[in-house]
Amino acid sequence: MPLARRIIPCLDVDQGRVVKGVNFVGIRDAGDPVEIARRYNEQGADEITFLDITASHEQRDTTVQTVERIAREVFIPLTVGGGVRALSDIRALLNAGADKVSINTAAIHNPDLVESAAARFGAQCIVVAMDVKRVSTDQEPPRYELFTHGGRKPTGIEAVAWARKMAAKGAGEILLTSMDRDGTRDGFELTVTRQISEAVDIPLIASGGVGTLAHLADGITEGGADAVLAASIFHFGEFTIPEAKDYLAARGIEVRR
Amino acid sequence: MTSYVAVIDYGMGNLHSVASALEHAGASRVVVSHDPDIIAQADRVVFPGVGAIQDCMAEINRLGCDQLLKAVLASANQPVLAICVGMQALLDHSEENGGVDTLGIISGRVNYFGAGLKDDQGQRLKVPHMGWNEVVQTKPHPLWAGIADGSRFYFVHSYWVEPSDPSLMVGSFDYGVTGCAALANENLFAVQFHPEKSHVAGLKLLSNFLTWDGTCS
Repeated sequence: MPLARRIIPCLDVDQGRVVKGVNFVGIRDAGDPVEIARRYNEQGADEITFLDITASHEQRDTTVQTVERIAREVFIPLTVGGGVRALSDIRALLNAGADKVSINTAAIHNPDLVESAAARFGAQCIVVAMDVKRVSTDQEPPRYELFTHGGRKPTGIEAVAWARKMAAKGAGEILLTSMDRDGTRDGFELTVTRQISEAVDIPLIASGGVGTLAHLADGITEGGADAVLAASIFHFGEFTIPEAKDYLAARGIEVRR
Repeated sequence: MTSYVAVIDYGMGNLHSVASALEHAGASRVVVSHDPDIIAQADRVVFPGVGAIQDCMAEINRLGCDQLLKAVLASANQPVLAICVGMQALLDHSEENGGVDTLGIISGRVNYFGAGLKDDQGQRLKVPHMGWNEVVQTKPHPLWAGIADGSRFYFVHSYWVEPSDPSLMVGSFDYGVTGCAALANENLFAVQFHPEKSHVAGLKLLSNFLTWDGTCS
């Protein structure tokens, strides 16, 4: 297939500063999302995802300003998520230069937000983010449910049915994060990735758990993901984007170079 | 050659990315407007588009951008670059939103990729067509200068353009169908992909547009 699988570095940003640290050689300000986005752009990242983890709603103007600064210099797609609650939040981020906006908890509280956002701004810019955990025992068929509050709060919503519902509401893409794997470096949760990728016709971004380049490839070949998202393996300079692409290409996966 | 660019604004979302990319590509000045007097003064014009075609057409017609664009294209001395939904709006009809008549500047249709889309090996293809795909330069054109044939550009769309006159097509993509990635007619160049989001290849295409004289030779 000629369409390239996408590699997406993810920046977690709190009050305008990248958290979890970034360790690039020669970078002036490791906390500056603009500097880091520019670096990933130069390396050939296919997209950048920017997750605003700022707790306070009042400080969110900083996010809009940061998005504006990134969009002035980075000419690849930019997805922004975190704390998006209303159409006005989406409009502000799109006007600031985001290409896609990701909706997570607000979609659970108000699924019609996805529908009205897709109708107003176009499905192509509405990403639904899903944080899931396995709730079945090892003896049972695998079942995954949505969680909120960083994986602490169960919702009882089954993941595959939810993905189908969000696609039907007009989501243009799913960003799937396994909260069981997030931060573990054990690799993507491939079972739920495959379940959801097969269940919906819209593209799926796999997230949570990448520790090696093989994990990226597995997300695509075994999980069926259209794009793979990772943070720490790129931030700490363990691997560059070109190294990841070389590896995927060697595994027979189409990439953009 | 000066490069004062007007980006036609019909109120359908963010045009800063297009404007920033044009500035980055070397435009001396970029204005975002739907004022006919301002657009008449520009050296070249960009007709962008994001969102659903029905809403786009409603705003295009309400603001008189249809007449404006036709006047610009007829003047022949202002090169025009149409992007994504801006390209789709040029055709006669789109299947989106249950069927919408569009500007009819270029004869042809805009089709849905359809459910159950598959590649030539029978693999299921997701819709929207979202990501970096190869663009085959089916005809030479000044806007392809310095861009390798088969370079990848960023696409995000669920509908694809099929001009009645296949000779207008200057670039194609494969995604279950062979679709029109770029078409050219006199002072018009229209692309389905987003050059403003296509990194090096996209910026090169924009810089080519900034020095293009509006002829196809």
